[in-house]
Amino acid sequence: MADLRNNFVGIKSPNPFWLASAPPTDKAYNVERAFKAGWGGVVWKTLGEEGPPVVNVNGPRYGAIWGADRRLLGLNNIELITDRDLYVNLREMKQVKMNWPDRALIASIMVPCEENAWKAILPLVEETGADGIELNFGCPHGMSERGMGSAVGQVPEYIEMVVRWCKQYTRMPVITKLTPNITDIRKPARAAKAGGTDAVSLINTINSITAVNLDTFSPEPSIDGRGSHGGYCGPAVKPIALNMVAEIARDPETYGLPISGIGGITTWRDAAEFLALGAGNVQVCTAAMTYGFKIVQEMITGLSDWMDAKGHRTLDDICGRAVPNVTDWQYLNLNYVSKAKIDQDACIKCGRCHIACEDTSHQAITQFVNGVRHFEVIEEECVGCNLCVNVCPVENCITMEPLPAGALDKRTGKPVDPNYANWTTHPNNPMARQAAE
Amino acid sequence: MGTTQSGILGGRLPLAEYEANFSDLHPPLDKHEALVAADRCYFCYDAPCMTACPTSIDIPLFIRQIATGNPIGSAKTIFDQNILGGMCARVCPTETLCEQVCVRNTAEERPVEIGRLQRYATDTAMRENKQFYTRAARSGHKIAVVGAGSAGLACAHRLAVKGHDVVIYDAREKSGGLNEYGIAAYKTVDDFAQKEVDYVLSIGGIEVRHGQALGRDFSLADLTEQYDAVFLGLGLAGVNALRIEGENAEGVEDAVGFIAALRQSKTKADIPVGRRVVVLGGGMTAIDAAVQAKLLGAEEVTICYRRGKEHMNASEFEQDLAASKGVTIRHWLQPKRIAVKDGKVAGIELEYTTLADGKLAATGETGIIAADQIFKAIGQTFEASGLGALQMEGGRIVIDQEGRTSHAKVWAGGDCVLGGEDLTVSAVAMGRDAAESINRAFAVAQPLASAVA
Repeated sequence: MADLRNNFVGIKSPNPFWLASAPPTDKAYNVERAFKAGWGGVVWKTLGEEGPPVVNVNGPRYGAIWGADRRLLGLNNIELITDRDLYVNLREMKQVKMNWPDRALIASIMVPCEENAWKAILPLVEETGADGIELNFGCPHGMSERGMGSAVGQVPEYIEMVVRWCKQYTRMPVITKLTPNITDIRKPARAAKAGGTDAVSLINTINSITAVNLDTFSPEPSIDGRGSHGGYCGPAVKPIALNMVAEIARDPETYGLPISGIGGITTWRDAAEFLALGAGNVQVCTAAMTYGFKIVQEMITGLSDWMDAKGHRTLDDICGRAVPNVTDWQYLNLNYVSKAKIDQDACIKCGRCHIACEDTSHQAITQFVNGVRHFEVIEEECVGCNLCVNVCPVENCITMEPLPAGALDKRTGKPVDPNYANWTTHPNNPMARQAAE
Repeated sequence: MGTTQSGILGGRLPLAEYEANFSDLHPPLDKHEALVAADRCYFCYDAPCMTACPTSIDIPLFIRQIATGNPIGSAKTIFDQNILGGMCARVCPTETLCEQVCVRNTAEERPVEIGRLQRYATDTAMRENKQFYTRAARSGHKIAVVGAGSAGLACAHRLAVKGHDVVIYDAREKSGGLNEYGIAAYKTVDDFAQKEVDYVLSIGGIEVRHGQALGRDFSLADLTEQYDAVFLGLGLAGVNALRIEGENAEGVEDAVGFIAALRQSKTKADIPVGRRVVVLGGGMTAIDAAVQAKLLGAEEVTICYRRGKEHMNASEFEQDLAASKGVTIRHWLQPKRIAVKDGKVAGIELEYTTLADGKLAATGETGIIAADQIFKAIGQTFEASGLGALQMEGGRIVIDQEGRTSHAKVWAGGDCVLGGEDLTVSAVAMGRDAAESINRAFAVAQPLASAVA
């Protein structure tokens, strides 16, 4: 049995699956249900400063997009931080931590960008026995209009400043949660590191409008006929999150900085991918909000079974394993040649590969062979783009097969060069020519 | 309480049971079910289902329109190719047409429910009385259509769209042909056939004259004289005879007449049925008669077919349906003699058959099945009269690919032509295509005035 125990910046949990700071972690009731279901930790729904709590809209808070069979692919929300009294939250956190000492309990915090505000709240949180804090620099709606959330996360100098205050005023580990609503995710990560953060977590939600009501012409979710951009999450954002995690993991300036991976994690496989790209653990929200807390059982068993099958004993065996393989486009091997291959036994003859290639790509898949409807790759035309693989409804029916070194590439008429060669030295690259001259 | 008394009786079942037995065989999909079913379509390119459809409905497109919340647009996609798409959605043997070739069969052995999705779309549009077609400017041409069945209605509608005036002649009291008189009641409930006729005719420009039989009330020569073109969608009015002893006994009936009577009955309780029923034949008519006899309360219903299961015209689905309703299907049995007692059917003697050198041969071994009612469902024949010198072959009208007969002003389609397929959807295709051919013939004969004149 693989050992799933997680030690993230000194915070221990029985598995690497935490619930992200969000509606599922707003109350002791929900959190205790989550722990009973098996979640390794929770980041409590973001606390604000003392005083009258924030108010939420009283209409819909969520919008969504769906795939086939109305499977939820993306969710957005316009909910704010916790709208419960600070002391109610603190009391519940303390009780829950006492009841569940083996689980991780992190406090998410968002207070105004003033030293005194942070200085005031940190001791209160510390008193609960929480294992750490997460700085919410991510929420892109509502709070950002008040100079908090992503309004801070979009200014690296502010991030560094606030992290520094937190490191100064608490002994708890500090996790800085980053917004993806920014051009280069490495900048805020570097700033957080400069401020002394123990870790970063990402991504927070993405600015979004999920839909427009075509009867009322109101954006969704619609509040009395009007809508506002909300934070987008769920399976649809995973690729964006994976890239941002990888960018920080491979950046020389932030290399080795612990990362808590967040963004559309729905299955054990998603989680394993985040871990492989450098995350030390993962946080989940939308999947739980879609299916309930029980999904963590699938995640735990799936990750464990995969690790067993592959001979990975601990999380350290897999964390960051894919990071060295992430590179810039210019370093990709241009001598690598692959061709699509259609397994005729698996083919159901839907014709989608043909029409995708014929209409929108390289005219490299037949429609008829000897007068019979038959889909086959024309190697002379195939550039190996992978579009047919992606549109085929049958998994593994079409595969990309690398040509061995020396084999003839029928498209170019040249044998496959066994040597690695990339754009930096390619004759068509003007920069390369300059360098050569 | 019902009755199992011998003889041919109505009211064998309590009224409520009739209602349950003759309700919709495939209940309509509701919106949620339709969306779930539509999501399974892969939107194939050059889709096999579309090729398999005799009317070439763009099935992937109409299903995608359902999936994206546009059932009205979906209905138009269907009606563009097949104005009787509502009936075809109910009666098409989809398991041997579009659904048989659905690529989902290859992967999962369960096709997309194309027929039921088609019904969802067409029902939605017809419920809202969406009319998609308006008539072109009046052409001045007049066409006679003989037969208000699937072929005739499809032809008349397309001609009306083109701006021509149409008169339909039909021998029966109601329009619809087999859709009204020849299909099992549980396949088309709530008087759908008449609703569809009304929907089709609402285009305007089509007059229907009922009680008008070709050969009795008028001849083809009358029509070619009065009209610019004629379309014959006559169907098959005759029924094959058994030609065996006892055929005229009380209780020997045509399955076609039984099916028609059932369709015209509101409660079904007034339709008499035997306690023990034998149906002779292996096609859809045999199945429709046998299943409905069972649903009327017959105790024992046996289909006897003179060849093997694999030779039956009735689809696998229909055979399974009959079995599930308690009908026994026996193969390799041909009728030899009907046993008669006091002028009434008492049973039927059958002889076993076999294939000898590819030909059907009797083995000499016989057996008797007790019965008080026997239905003949051994095929229908074309009763031609009043057609003059029109070229015929094998008892059917000869047509070319466009539906033209040997007479320059006469087109034909549906079951009455050579190559007719005994399918509503094929009849629709032939009627529609004949209308296009007629329209082209007018255009050639009478070129439009020059646009620059």
